[in-house]
This record gives sequence, C-alpha cells and structure tokens, in this order.
Amino acid sequence: MSGMSRIVKTMASVTFPLALIYGLYIIAHGHLTPGGGFQGGAVVASACIMILVAYGSVWTMGKIKEKRLSAFESLGALGFICLAFFGLIFGANYFFNNFLVHPEGLDIIFNGTAKGLSNINTAGVIPLMNFAVGLKVIVGLFAIVLVMAYATTKLKGEK
Amino acid sequence: MSIRNIVAVTFFAVVALFLIFGALMTHPFGEFDEDNTPEMDQYIIDNTQSETGADNVVTAVVFDYRGFDTLGEATVLFTAVAGVILIFRRVKK
Repeated sequence: MSGMSRIVKTMASVTFPLALIYGLYIIAHGHLTPGGGFQGGAVVASACIMILVAYGSVWTMGKIKEKRLSAFESLGALGFICLAFFGLIFGANYFFNNFLVHPEGLDIIFNGTAKGLSNINTAGVIPLMNFAVGLKVIVGLFAIVLVMAYATTKLKGEK
Repeated sequence: MSIRNIVAVTFFAVVALFLIFGALMTHPFGEFDEDNTPEMDQYIIDNTQSETGADNVVTAVVFDYRGFDTLGEATVLFTAVAGVILIFRRVKK
C-alpha cells in the first residue's frame, strides 16, 4: 500500500506550493525579517514530508533517491564552507569575513550597507550563506524522514 | 519511606529551591540594567546595520559575528543525516 486516500493526496498537492513559497520566502529574507536558513529550511522540509506522508515512501523513493538528497546536502555544506574560506582569501584575511560588504565601496549587488534600510541585495555573504544552509536543512531533514519511512515499509514480496 | 524516595525528594527540593531563587534573582523583564549588561550586546545592537547591512540582528550574529558557531551547527546536522542514512539503509540480500 502506497499513500493515503485520494482526498489527502489532492489536499497535500494543493497546499504543498503554498508551504514551499512560504519557506523559500523565509530563507530569502533571512537577513531582513525573523527567520533564516535553518527556520525556512525546516518549513520547506515539512512541506516535502507532507508529500511523503500523503503519497507514501515507495512512491517518493521512486521520484528521488536518498543518494541524490545526500549529494545536495553536501553541496550546501560545501557552499557554506567555501563562502567562509572566500573571506580568508579575498577579504581581511580571517575566517568568516563578510568580504562583500564595504561601507564606502561601489554600490554593486549584495553591497548596499549604511545607505538607509537594508534591502534584499544588501548584507554581503549573509543571504548567500542563508541559501546554502537552507538547501542543507531542506534536503537533510527530508532525507532523514524519507530514509526512516522507507526502511520501515514492507515492500512487495517481503514477509 | 524507602531510601530511594528520600533521595528523590531531597534532590527535588534542592533543584526547586535553586530554580525559585534563580528566578527571583533575575532583573525585571524589559528593564535596562546598565551595570550588568555586557558591552558586546550594545555594540552589536548599535553597529549591525552599518557593518553588515542586515536588519535582522540575530541572523547577522549567527552568520557573520559568530559564523564559526554556525559551522559547528551545520556539521552536527550533517553528521546526524549521515548517521541516520547509514543506520536505516536497506540491505539487499
């Protein structure tokens, strides 16, 4: 048996994009409003887990394998650490230097500090780190629940 | 009354007293106590906007001022996911 009834599947499909947009909004506005990579990632992971519960672990495992999720999580972690090391290379030569922010510098993307209120393109590496951590939390939490649900499911032919 | 119950009640009383007096000794909520406030708090509140360009002070602290701590948190999550995937794998016979 894979998944729940047709009503539950339809309602999960309808509410999934709303929860997805809400979580991605929290991640993207992590440096402006309450929230951030961890919190928004948890919201998006909850939406994915809702789909997993409605459609069943066998169907979800047919759509995406946990190896691919694991690769994406490693990608998020690598992005986070690479941004930290970029501060060591390009910035003021210390770890986790916010090297994109220069108060008197050019008004390029991700650099607009000390010019009034912050916007979506200010705060240097903080939004980029939010995206990296958000990707990591989304696929990490989803992979945990997916693997646990799939391991406790009886497949066809098993006793 | 067994000795186990006496030990439990004593432990409970000590912890309850500790918590009650600890709660009574905190300074009132919302009042600014200038003598007992660390300078770091006021520095971060004053300078986050101009130094990082982020309105959210918490995110600025977590990802900029204390980024190394966040790296540890990310490592904890990574280790947890790796361990769960390792334990809950399906062994093919």
